[in-house]
Parts: sequence; C-alpha cells; structure tokens
Amino acid sequence: MTNPKTADIAGPTNPADPVDTTATAAPAPPPLRTQRTFRLTVPPVSGILRPRLMTVGALLAVGTFLLFCWSLTIGDYPIAFTDVVRALVGSGDPGTVLVVQELRLPRSLVGLLAGIAFGASGGLFQTMTRNPLASPDMIGLTQGAGLFVVAGIVLGWDGGLGTQSLGLLGALASAFVVYVLAWRGGTTGYRIILVGIGVAWICTSATDYLVAKGGRFEAQAATGWLVGNLNGRTWSEVGPLAFALVVLLPASLLLGRLLRTLQLGDDVATGLGTRVQPVRLAILLSGVGLIAFATAAAGPVAFVALAAPQIAQRLARTAWPPTLTSGLTGALMVLGSDLIARTLISGTELPVGIVTGVLGAPILLWLLVRANRAGSGG
Amino acid sequence: MSTDPMTPADALSTAAEVMPADPLPTPGEPAHDPDLRATGLRLSYDNRVVVAGLDLAVPPGRITAIVGANACGKSTLLRALARLLAPRAGAVQLDGRALQSIPTRELAQRLGILPQSPTAPEGLTVIDLVNRGRSPHQTWWRQWSKADEQAVHEALAATDMTDLADRPVDELSGGQRQRAWIAMAVAQGTPVLLLDEPTTYLDLAHQIDVLDLITDLNRRENRTVVMVLHDLNQACRYADHVVAMKSGRIVAEGTPAEVITEETVESVFDLNCRITLDPVSNTPMVIPMGRHHRDR
Repeated sequence: MTNPKTADIAGPTNPADPVDTTATAAPAPPPLRTQRTFRLTVPPVSGILRPRLMTVGALLAVGTFLLFCWSLTIGDYPIAFTDVVRALVGSGDPGTVLVVQELRLPRSLVGLLAGIAFGASGGLFQTMTRNPLASPDMIGLTQGAGLFVVAGIVLGWDGGLGTQSLGLLGALASAFVVYVLAWRGGTTGYRIILVGIGVAWICTSATDYLVAKGGRFEAQAATGWLVGNLNGRTWSEVGPLAFALVVLLPASLLLGRLLRTLQLGDDVATGLGTRVQPVRLAILLSGVGLIAFATAAAGPVAFVALAAPQIAQRLARTAWPPTLTSGLTGALMVLGSDLIARTLISGTELPVGIVTGVLGAPILLWLLVRANRAGSGG
Repeated sequence: MSTDPMTPADALSTAAEVMPADPLPTPGEPAHDPDLRATGLRLSYDNRVVVAGLDLAVPPGRITAIVGANACGKSTLLRALARLLAPRAGAVQLDGRALQSIPTRELAQRLGILPQSPTAPEGLTVIDLVNRGRSPHQTWWRQWSKADEQAVHEALAATDMTDLADRPVDELSGGQRQRAWIAMAVAQGTPVLLLDEPTTYLDLAHQIDVLDLITDLNRRENRTVVMVLHDLNQACRYADHVVAMKSGRIVAEGTPAEVITEETVESVFDLNCRITLDPVSNTPMVIPMGRHHRDR
C-alpha cells in the first residue's frame, strides 16, 4: 500500500493531475485517464460517452434493420431485398407494396417491437433486483398472461376482449399480485423474485390444469399461444405495442440513471439521494408495461428477456445491462429466430419461441465461458 | 456546484500548519459546521425495540466513534443518523430540520453514508463507482460536469486510487476495494460522513490504512465523521469523541480517556481488562483479561 503522497509524485505520468496545479487558480480538470470513456460537454449538457457501448449499439441497430428487411423478403412469393426497402417507403410495384406493407410488415414489426420490449424490460428487472436471473418469465408476469389467455381460450369467456387484451390483463394482474405480496413496509428485489417464483408456479399449475381439462382443439390453440408465435400478426397487434414502446421506452431510458445507484444496494442508493421505493415502483411499472404489451402481441417468447440483457452487457462490456442495447439484442434474437423458424423446414412454420431458446442459450453460454477464460468472472 | 472540496494540493500544503481544532473553511461553502443530533430517539425493527430514548449531539468537525458489544444498537443508531431507518419516536435533526423532512437528494449533498461491506456489481470500474458518488449533484442532462470530474479525480487522488481507476472493483484486494468505496463517499462531497465498521474483513495493515485515510478527510477537509468501530484501541487512537453503547443506551461519551476506563469496558462488554497508555498515541489502551489471565 502506498502512501497518499506517492500519487502526487507520480505527476509526470499524469501531468494534468490537479495536485500539480497551484492552489490559487481553479485547476483545469484533468482528462479522464480511462481509455473507454470521454467527455461530452455542450453546456449545460454533459455526460459520459462510452465508445464501445455506442459502437455495439450502432452495429446491433444496423443488424436489426437488415434482419428486419430480410424477414420481409420471405414468403410464398419471394421479393428482392432492394424491392422490399423500396416498398417500405411506398414506391415500386403496387402489388409488392401491398404484400410488404399489409401482409408482411405487421409480422416483422411485432417481432421487432416485441424483441425490443422483451430485451429492455429484462434489463430493467435484472438491474432493479440486482439479479441476472430476474426476468419477467421467472417472476410470474409471463405466466399470468398465459393463464388469462388460456382461460379465455379453454373456458370460452373472453368477454369479447380477445387474446391480446387478456394477455395484457394477465401480466398486469400478476405483477400487481407479486408487488402487493412482496410488500412489507417497502419491497426488496430479493422478495420480489421469491414471491414472483411462487406466483409463477401457481399460474403455471392453473394453466396446465386448464389445458388438460380443455378439448383437443382448445388445448392445441392454447399450447400454440404459450410457445410464442408471430404467425398471422396484423396491424391490430402492432398498434398497442408500438404505442406502449413510444411511451415506456423513453421512460425506461430516463430511469436508467437512477438504476445506476439502485445497483449499489438500497442503503447506498438512499445515501446517494435516490428515493428507492418510488424509483423501484416506477421501474417495475415500465418493465411490466413493456413485457405485458409484448406478451400480448407475440405470446410469451421464451428466453429473450433473460438472455438479451446479459448478451448486451457482455458485448458492451458494461457492469449493467444497457437498456437500449438490451432491447436491440432482443429484437435481433426474435427476428433472427423467426427467420430460422420459417426457413428451417420448408413448408412448415415453427413458432418463434421454439427457436429463441435453442439459439439464445448457446450465445449466452459462449459469452459466459469466454468471460471466465479471460478471468473476468461470469 | 457549491461543494467544491479543496484540492489535495491545498490540503497537503496546509494540513501541516492547521490544527484540527482550527478547521479550514471549505472554499465556496459557507463556513458553518453541520449540527447533527438525535433527541429522544426510539428505534425498532418490527416490534423489537433496539434503541429507546437516546440523545446524542455529534461534535462537528470531529471524528466520533460508536463502540459497544454486538447487538447493542450501534449500527442501528448509525442507520437512523443516515435516515436509513425512520425513528418510532424522537427525531434525528441536521441543522435543526428532521431528516425525514429533508428531501433525500438534498440530504445526500450534506450527509454521506457508507454501509458495512457494500457490494459493487460485477465489472463496475473504480471510476464508475466513484462517479456514482456524484449522483446527488447530477441531473439526467448533466452527468459529467467540470465539478463532477474534478471531485472524482480529487477523490481518487485522496484515496490513492488514481492508478486503479480503470480496474473493476470486484478484482481489487479487500483494502483497495474499501478505499474505492470511501472514494465514492469522498466524491459525494458531504460535510458529514457516516461509516459502518469501515475496517471489517480487512487485515491489520489495511485497517490502519483506512483509518488513516478517514483521519486525513477529517483533518484536511474538516469533514465530520461518525463511525461504528469494533476495536477499542483503534477507537481511542483515531476518534476525538467516543460513544459507548449498551442495550440501546449510551453508557458513556466523551474523549477516549474519559470513556475508555476499566469500569466502562467491564459494564459495556462484560469484560475484565487493564487500561494502560498506548505508547504510540498516548491514548488509552485496553488489555483484555479472559478467564485464563485473571489474577496475574
């Protein structure tokens, strides 16, 4: 251990260090020593830019866009990539425009938006609970949506609401139950996870009972929804999901700053001036909203909310799951999986949820193994 | 930003000349000492009362050590002083205002707390951790102002962590890790700093290192420090004011020489001991006597 004064003697390696300046003038702030960050100051706006995070985010955005357009080329009637891009902005052959905009766009958009919502919401939950295993499909939200939808299908009383609204209501209802049961003069991330696991199993059991009780046709429809599926999506599924993202994604990004202190534990966060309970509730509401609308539109697509934030965090080499990058990773996972699901077996369209787990798990495992080899823990 | 701490250069050049009793006013800050006090404080977890009717005035500009046996309520008291635990009765006041009535963020600019053995998320670098200490001074559009940058670099220099700024906290040794957390609290720039057993899990050299660092912060920057300590001899050496607690009450408080007597140690810890003078610091030194060493 060195004496504090040695830091001053080390001046030559760090000439701008404030200890070298005279005491009378306010010393110019030294440049950040770290290579990975630099400062952006457009008074009064300032922040830390993280080049690697931005590069990863940009690459993911480009990749997502390419996959998105690629997914539009596939179908009974193949359309060239360039024609798809042209049809998106409404120019080119009217027939192509109709096929792309009316028939194929909703499916790809639901995949894109649901992927962003799953990834971003998973990142919020994992940071808030300080637990990488916390994702909406671990703490009962997905199961709540599943229970309501299956009950609607099997028992036939959807009250004219339709699958989408039922899924939304189910996710919100189970989130409410989890939050209330986890409340004990405030909540902790740990209690939310434990209560959530309990609620998830109750919903799963009830869903299984309904599927077993239902007729063959109803059971098949229920199972099809429970896997997560982008088949036959229309603009009526895109609308609510897009609206939810427009509202909740900016909210999540703004909450990101508060998540950074919450990540240090409740006591430290309070000491740093974060109002822990309101912030946790706000994060929970944004995360639940994202996951509820995404599940309502695409069904409970497995593994995306769990794996996307972890993959994004390892790609960007941050100490937290970056919200937007997690969302883009989620979109890439869903769109990529859907492409595979549709093209793997010709003539058969597999549900996207079957592929996400098979595809996402090896990527996550590879990143974990690589991190362990590099000695930086996994 | 109103809380520019002075630079380490200032501190180093003036620390030798200025006695702790004659503290330097921090530049850019009104020279008034924080007045932190508890009156009629009653604290409980659920229905278990831990502290009942406690009064304490923290001496401004000094180091106060709270000592006592396990489960005597000393950490609970510290949590209440840091508004982490709301009192059932009585109040903790900072400059005449009850902590619960001060907005958390405003309070975080005046009072910092370092809980016992905090954990940093995996992969978080030292500089990112220290920068989070600035969050009470930041807004979502201003997250790296000149004042932030300066405070972070000064905190890194003051804790001798500059060379480790880019290292992940979880890869550091225990002593370095604790200094990184203290750097975060330093960057927060609060006149009052509360620490819960800052030397836990550290080897002896690192314990002394951390206590020296805390003393530097008090002497150079006139920060009021309150810390929970286990080691009585370290409390005697490093604290100006010692508060001895037993069963949620204050048994004795005052200078180390006033508080750490054979009678107090016996009543607080149920331990026979002899007190001699620490040959290095001229403060009381406790020599415990267990069953095997009595009557010698």
